[in-house]
Amino acid sequence: MAVKDRVPMKEQDPKERRKNFNEVALGYTEEEAIAEASRCIQCPKPTCVAGCPVHVRIPEFIKAITKREFEEAYKIIKSTNSLPAVCGRVCPQEEQCEKNCVLNKIGKPIAIGRLERFVADYALQNNIEEEVKPEKKNKKVAIIGGGAAGLTCAGDLLKMGYDVTIFEALHALGGVLTYGIPEFRLPKRIVEAEIERLKKLGAKVETNVVVGRTVTIDQLMEEEGFEAVFVGTGAGLPKLMDIPGKNLNGVYSANEFLTRINLMKAYKFPEYDTPIVVGKRVAVIGGGNVAMDAARSALRLDGVEEVTVVYRRSKEEMPARAEEIEHAIEEGIKFEFLANPIRINGTEDGWVKSMDVIRMELGEPDSSGRRRPIEIPGSEFTIEVDTVIMALGTSPNNLIPSTTKDIEIQKWGGIIADETGKTSKPGVFAGGDAVTGAATVILAMGAGKQAAKAIDEYLRNKK
Amino acid sequence: MYKIVRKEVLNPVVKLMDIEVPRVAKSAKPGQFVIIRIYDKGERIPLTIADYDPEKGTVTIVFQEVGKSTKLLGTLNEGDYILDFVGPLGNTMEVPKDAKKILGVGGGVGIPALYPKLKMLHQEGYKVEAILGGRSEEYVIFKKEMEAVCDKVHYATDDGTLGKKGFVTDVLKEVLENDKEVDYVITVGPVIMMKNVCKMTKEYNIPTIVSMNPLMVDGTGMCGACRIEVGGETKFVCMDGPIFDGHLVNFDLAMTRLNMFKKQEKVSLELYEQHHGGDHHGR
Repeated sequence: MAVKDRVPMKEQDPKERRKNFNEVALGYTEEEAIAEASRCIQCPKPTCVAGCPVHVRIPEFIKAITKREFEEAYKIIKSTNSLPAVCGRVCPQEEQCEKNCVLNKIGKPIAIGRLERFVADYALQNNIEEEVKPEKKNKKVAIIGGGAAGLTCAGDLLKMGYDVTIFEALHALGGVLTYGIPEFRLPKRIVEAEIERLKKLGAKVETNVVVGRTVTIDQLMEEEGFEAVFVGTGAGLPKLMDIPGKNLNGVYSANEFLTRINLMKAYKFPEYDTPIVVGKRVAVIGGGNVAMDAARSALRLDGVEEVTVVYRRSKEEMPARAEEIEHAIEEGIKFEFLANPIRINGTEDGWVKSMDVIRMELGEPDSSGRRRPIEIPGSEFTIEVDTVIMALGTSPNNLIPSTTKDIEIQKWGGIIADETGKTSKPGVFAGGDAVTGAATVILAMGAGKQAAKAIDEYLRNKK
Repeated sequence: MYKIVRKEVLNPVVKLMDIEVPRVAKSAKPGQFVIIRIYDKGERIPLTIADYDPEKGTVTIVFQEVGKSTKLLGTLNEGDYILDFVGPLGNTMEVPKDAKKILGVGGGVGIPALYPKLKMLHQEGYKVEAILGGRSEEYVIFKKEMEAVCDKVHYATDDGTLGKKGFVTDVLKEVLENDKEVDYVITVGPVIMMKNVCKMTKEYNIPTIVSMNPLMVDGTGMCGACRIEVGGETKFVCMDGPIFDGHLVNFDLAMTRLNMFKKQEKVSLELYEQHHGGDHHGR
């Protein structure tokens, strides 16, 4: 029975979806979920679990699905993963749990992510709540940053009975889940529902607090009675290519572009007040998931006719998830591989007019293990564009290290923390992109989880 | 939610509000700014802090009604609430310890933004003078406050109703010619004014700092919407500023970038005025 093909998941037609922001993947029905779950051979020593940063008990929840015990499946997932509806949608399963599935030897692995999403959505639709009534510990913990790492850390600490306050710089919680990942990949109602659950568990939330400016970590610990702090402040400042024309009107960082669309809902302007300006032709520079999100978001905006992703290596080296690249291609995004921008040309009044690009070829592998792109002399060409979006990663924000006593940072600026999240400052823990540089939602969650454990241990031993 | 505890109409287009926001009032320093969002569909707009009172827990903002958001803000009254208020953001200014006389040059709503800086310098014992300008007397705001913290205040108005008829730079030239004690200038106002002030102080070789007020989204370094060029390098105003060496700022680029959303801002304002019957003069 295991040899059967993977059950496909319904998706919005590419022709339709390229002009709306509704979710692309539509999820399994109960019957589809049971059929897919039945493919699992229930390995006695499951390798999939080892591939999951938060160690979801995968075979157990899949078995519960086959028995139509969806509520039970939810409880199993939820015992180790605080944001399953999010993970089921945005985790790179093909690199983690599904990569380790034994069925890879004879066909496609179990669609673990889709099943996780099915169970989480079932629980949301049917208002299934976990029942946690921990004994209250009268100890205050501050979570700095309400993104994936912070929310996970907060959730675990709440379940242990700690008094948890989340401090968020923006007006809404969620971090990248809210401002970065678009609606069509992760509907905001899902993120909001997960946040509501945390609040029901007793999380206190203070939005509009920029720790380092509004209040410092030292003040929180010395004046406000927080006995431990978790720093999950995210990846930081967007990197821009240092080429002429980078500050012309019409050049965005992917962070700005996506924040305007996702957090501020600029795609609903003028119903919402935040505007976004795009021309007919949009170029997105970069090859990661953020580049795919920016390109696909741009395509969905009024007036955009053509979106081209410009990437200096070839398709094989793209760091974006295969599924995101496929979705982008289906929707009609164009790709200019082995090409690197060298100049953005402007009009007299300071707007983007075109971009000069140089052809690249791949040389020897570099420190990342990927083949290094090298310019081909004399191969410059010009592409006509009105809007340029740079999705080139981030560099750390030094606000917390520069305003907190005794927090040490790496040479590149990331906060130094050991595998449990412990930093150089007693009582302060850190995790997620602020420690690793930009990575994935699930790795941030894993770090938040680790840190919650370490904070519990620290506070138990603290006199 | 942040309560408006005081509202004052300073002139037909400029209003002042004291907002109850204890955390910000406690940490605010001269030169810093805040970002507000009025309601759930609103945009995030940066405003320079005009004053703050850690005891009362209030922060003062002064705004000119130019677009939808500021007009909407102007319709709110004492006892109403603003949805979001975050700050204090940005760095504070540093003035050389041995400065002999500091001259502040302010225009429009740049005057209240300049005020806390001069107030602090005055309290620290510096000699402080100011040149304030506007269209006419009515548009030169914060006169009383400024006179209280300055050893002398000079005025310039377009129509000559207050002080000299002309621009602040006309008065600046006279001051720099006649008062050789002035060795540091702080200017806050419209970009074009700051550009012209800096051009002149450069001729006189007097160090000058400016406070930039570009478009922003998050204000915490995450998006880069606020970038400007200083000495040929790209800087994020929200993290590296808002105060910069005025002799190094590329003002022309800053002005161009302020125009990025002009068309959309106009659409937004027109729709708002259609639905709200045009001018609200508040109280």
